[in-house]
Amino acid sequence: MKGIISVLVAIIAGLLVLAGYFFDLPALTYIRIVILNWAVILAAVALFVGIFNLFKVHATKVRAKQKGHLYSVLAVISLLFTLVVGLALGPENQITVSIFSSIQLPVEASLMALLAVTLIQASIRLIRYRANLLSAIFLATGVLMLLGTAPLPFLEIPVLGELIRPFIARVPAAAGARGILLGVGLGTLTTGLRLLFGADRPYEGK
Amino acid sequence: MTWTDIIGFLIVLISAGLLASLAYFHRKSPPTFRELSAFRLLRKAIGLSVEEGSRLHVSLGRGGVNTPQWASALAGLATLLRIANLASAGDRPPVATCGDGALSILAQDTLQVSYQKTTSAGQFDSTNSRLTGLTPFSYVAGAIPIMHDEQISTSILIGNFGIEAGLMTDAAERQGSRCVAASDNLSAQAVLYASTQDPLIGEELYAAGAYTGAGIMHAVSLHVQDILRWLIVAVVLIGILIKLTGLL
Repeated sequence: MKGIISVLVAIIAGLLVLAGYFFDLPALTYIRIVILNWAVILAAVALFVGIFNLFKVHATKVRAKQKGHLYSVLAVISLLFTLVVGLALGPENQITVSIFSSIQLPVEASLMALLAVTLIQASIRLIRYRANLLSAIFLATGVLMLLGTAPLPFLEIPVLGELIRPFIARVPAAAGARGILLGVGLGTLTTGLRLLFGADRPYEGK
Repeated sequence: MTWTDIIGFLIVLISAGLLASLAYFHRKSPPTFRELSAFRLLRKAIGLSVEEGSRLHVSLGRGGVNTPQWASALAGLATLLRIANLASAGDRPPVATCGDGALSILAQDTLQVSYQKTTSAGQFDSTNSRLTGLTPFSYVAGAIPIMHDEQISTSILIGNFGIEAGLMTDAAERQGSRCVAASDNLSAQAVLYASTQDPLIGEELYAAGAYTGAGIMHAVSLHVQDILRWLIVAVVLIGILIKLTGLL
């Protein structure tokens, strides 16, 4: 019985939101907005549950003294400290803001820099994995785009920057991207329909 | 109702009709599809993890419940359920990592349902599904130690990722573990193409359910997508012809 109710609630909510999107009726629009607002509130509550889960994972690691448990101690202390500071001083306070601008942002920026190195390595590995025409085109395009975009120290290659790079970006890259996005859009549509049919029920783990 | 709304509504209606009718016609004989090497690798990886007593890591990305990327997260959840069911014969259940609160709860629910269905003894460990971070790089930074420390033999990245997925595929490579990856994000697809052996491109992300045997609706979804794709190709070609003849 519980299963049937949850399926019905999900399908009716989905249909109402969909209908509210297509039909410009005040009642439907109102229901759509209310349901979407509920979804936003539930997502915020879910976020809190997720953070509790994160805390639990690290606390378990510390208690069991698993590999890397000292990092977990640091994670738990940081989590609690940020939570207390955020609750006590508010999100706009200078100290709260500086936690993000002085710790979180530089760490993420350094990971971004690391990614640049990782991608160069990945490009070299690509030749090893798949030595075929498509890989060669992929790498050649990457190099051409890089040379056409990056500021070169001693020389400029006008043909690359003014002709080849814009052509690649506007014609083959845009066409390919549109094709892929259309495919992604169709996949999104059928995934949504499976939910409306009750075939996929992630809220029941099915 | 504008023309765009009417066309959109018709597309949804036609797709729903096609999905229902194809599911009915194929109820006894599921459709077959061309082989995709990534899914062959995935099936092999599940079997090997059971034999080796190692663990599978399913990374579901950061698709939020109120974002357009939620569909890719749902595709990931369907795949997670199939993987959890297939790997249930092994000693160690799969571990799921997410970058969104709601997705984390649903992943936990999915793993729990699979565990209860396939295992008779023991208690489900709720830490098998983890929220590792809320920003792209904090999510990756939280997921990489799991790939290193928990005897992961294969990482399956399926959902919404950005270019940061490159760090996870690199971690898998360094660990010597296998990696199957798919994202709905264009930049991530380019990164995954370069950094994994068998990348899944574009809508192949949504084919994961059909290729892992998640049910007839998943299989016929691919047929519906194919039919709609041909329709779009026809419309584009007609548009080109009309433009060339000067009618538009």
